[in-house]
Amino acid sequence: MQKIEHTLTIYTENQIGLASKIAGLFSRRKINLECLNISPSEIEKIFRFTLVVIESEAVMKNLVRQLEKLVDVFIVYSNTNEEIIWQKMALFKVPTQNIIKNAKVERLLREFGANTVVIRDDYTIFETVGQDSDINKLLKELDKYGLIEFVKSSRIAIIKNSEGIHKKVMDMEKNHPIPDPIVNEYLDKKNLIFDL
Amino acid sequence: MANTKTSVRASGSLALLDALVKENVDTIFGYPGGAIMPIYDALYDHTQKLNHILVRHEQGAIHAADGYARVSGKTGVVFATSGPAATNLVTGIANAMIDSIPIVCIVGQVYAQLLGTDAFQETDILNITSPITKWNYQVTDPSEIPDVVAKAFYIAGSGRPGPVLIDITKNAQIDEFDYTGYQPVNYIRSYRPKPIVRPEYIEQAAQLINGAKRPFVLYGQGIILGNAEKEFQEFVNKSGIPSAWTLLGKGVLPTKHPLNVGMLGMHGNYAPNVLTNECDVLIAVGMRFDDRITGRLDKYAKQAKIIHLDIDPSEIDKNVKTEVSVWGDVKETLPLLTQLVEKKTHSEWLKQFKELNQKEYDVIIKPEMHPTEGEITMGEVMAVINELTQGEAVYVSDVGQHQMVVCRYAEQNHTRSNVTSGGLGTMGFGLPAAIGAHYAAPHRTVFAFMGDGGAQMNIQELGTILQYGAKVKIIVLNNNYLGMVRQWQQLFNDSRYSFTDIKSPDFAKVAEAYNIKGQRVFDRADLKPAIEAMLAHPETYLLEIKVRKDDNVFPMVPQGKGVSEIVLRAEDI
Ligand SMILES: Cc1ncc(C[n+]2csc(CCOP(=O)(O)OP(=O)(O)O)c2C)c(N)n1
Repeated sequence: MQKIEHTLTIYTENQIGLASKIAGLFSRRKINLECLNISPSEIEKIFRFTLVVIESEAVMKNLVRQLEKLVDVFIVYSNTNEEIIWQKMALFKVPTQNIIKNAKVERLLREFGANTVVIRDDYTIFETVGQDSDINKLLKELDKYGLIEFVKSSRIAIIKNSEGIHKKVMDMEKNHPIPDPIVNEYLDKKNLIFDL
Repeated sequence: MANTKTSVRASGSLALLDALVKENVDTIFGYPGGAIMPIYDALYDHTQKLNHILVRHEQGAIHAADGYARVSGKTGVVFATSGPAATNLVTGIANAMIDSIPIVCIVGQVYAQLLGTDAFQETDILNITSPITKWNYQVTDPSEIPDVVAKAFYIAGSGRPGPVLIDITKNAQIDEFDYTGYQPVNYIRSYRPKPIVRPEYIEQAAQLINGAKRPFVLYGQGIILGNAEKEFQEFVNKSGIPSAWTLLGKGVLPTKHPLNVGMLGMHGNYAPNVLTNECDVLIAVGMRFDDRITGRLDKYAKQAKIIHLDIDPSEIDKNVKTEVSVWGDVKETLPLLTQLVEKKTHSEWLKQFKELNQKEYDVIIKPEMHPTEGEITMGEVMAVINELTQGEAVYVSDVGQHQMVVCRYAEQNHTRSNVTSGGLGTMGFGLPAAIGAHYAAPHRTVFAFMGDGGAQMNIQELGTILQYGAKVKIIVLNNNYLGMVRQWQQLFNDSRYSFTDIKSPDFAKVAEAYNIKGQRVFDRADLKPAIEAMLAHPETYLLEIKVRKDDNVFPMVPQGKGVSEIVLRAEDI
């Protein structure tokens, strides 16, 4: 089965050690994490992990269920790139001298929608937001102007057709102790997703 | 703000012990040390309610708690100190995790302010046990203890059970806080112990079953963990479907139940393995299609439509693709299914099982269980045990050839009476697990079957027996080899017996040193009287039985082969 990029969105409790527990589920299967971001979510005290892995659909399905089994995990979504809006952010440190000397740079930055964050005598820092291809292009260009330092963030993503989990969490709390939010959604379309 | 609850000042240790009492814990298996001393100090005043068994090694504690949990259906409890004691638990935690056994481990930890300084006996036990616990947590403040213990018991015992570990820093054991009492938990907002039952899938399953010509049921430990033995028996009795068990499912149906067609898997019975590849509908209940059950997956039941009932969604479609998946607690789903299935008998189909099993009986079972010459066999030991215990005892086994022989041949009338390390295959499990089994069922006869290899892996627990008098009937089946590995070497490595030849002490003499009565048996004529003497003895007893050196366990599904390629003899491999 074909391996493609999948973005996992994992909603969790704020629990020390959970990040390594989640990472462990991947490492024991020898699956590489392309990137990992941990951020707050729209609900106080609930965290949102965003991970990217390159895997087959069948492996992803298994992983999602293993992740959902973790006690401190609320819910997990796995999405292909078409199903999400995603971005990364990058910072570039370039010698200020080289920029002043070169009018082209300014045009370049405008073209890439990059902003200036800091200007000092010795260096200037730019930031840009976009997908890897855009960021990499700018990187290549700025490299010509004596790039000193470069860093790119992990991917963050919003799922196009998701209502977040605000409603889900409210329901879960209201419906104390259960009914249960696990629904076998896969069952209805299992032929689409399972292949040994 | 007015506090409506009355509180008392209590140390973390006291709050912990109170929580254990409120959770109806009666037995704790443990071993003290520096970082857990405050808890042991508090325990000193509470031994009326909490029976603490001092083991001889922390691995013994965790396996004893495991055996206790399997036989009692309750959650086992373990105490250990930090560092080396906590790491001594690791094998047993992994064992409990893979076999879904509920255990709460309480381990001590260095003072909170010393965490991360490589303090004396500090280990990062949370990270070490993270992949082998259902949940773990570090407590650094005593006020967290009541809630954390409540969560731990709830998580360990609910849904698909498993071990949890609570790491308590020494200051949290000593410091006092305003304790308002213990409140058990039955809800954690991010945790879904069992999925919603979807009736439409039960209907689909019933339809498949009702239309089947050769339906076949595979049952596993999920039924025992879900306390659904009765519900399962009703389902089988009504549907009339031949049913076979996984190693850990043994006992859900009594051995003599007419629809019990035997054991699945690598050393299971002939008929259920062969006919797995001839049934038209396969109904898997509370089992997980382990590779020791399925053999080669691309040759596993390809002709059959598969129905899988399980509480853990991650098990469904993991190894074997199902036609109908019935998510849920089998205690709830089985009765719904039973309502919808037609009452039937599948006598022709059942006859096929009987015929193939007869073949196995003639070629393997009869000569193994009723030999008339040569040295004693493991099978004939089981024949005598069956005759003398009539399926009423608890049969605990270690790991190896004898484990397969015990599980294949021990007749068993009751559930929760077969205790063995399934998923992990942990040698050294048998003796401590049998001690735990004794505390779970003090009035039943508990056997611990061990090989001469495994017998020495936790033999120190004879000391625990010496001190507390757990009544265990210990049988060491001594073939002078690490038998199971030797068998593989014979079959697959041209009989190159690389380090499987093992010399052992006189086990009866070892027992004697522990004040345990014992005997060695070499001859057939002495076998039955010796077992009778062991059973007649009111205390623990150790019987070492010299058995044939070169016997192999058959039938066998050779690794990498399909289940229907199961062979009856070495020559057929
Ligand atoms: C802790 C551990 N170490 C090694 C093994 C590998 N192993 C599986 S069976 C076996 C041989 C067991 O020999 P013995 O206890 O004499 O029992 P027998 O097979 O002879 O009945 C070994 C070494 C294991 N399962 N567990």
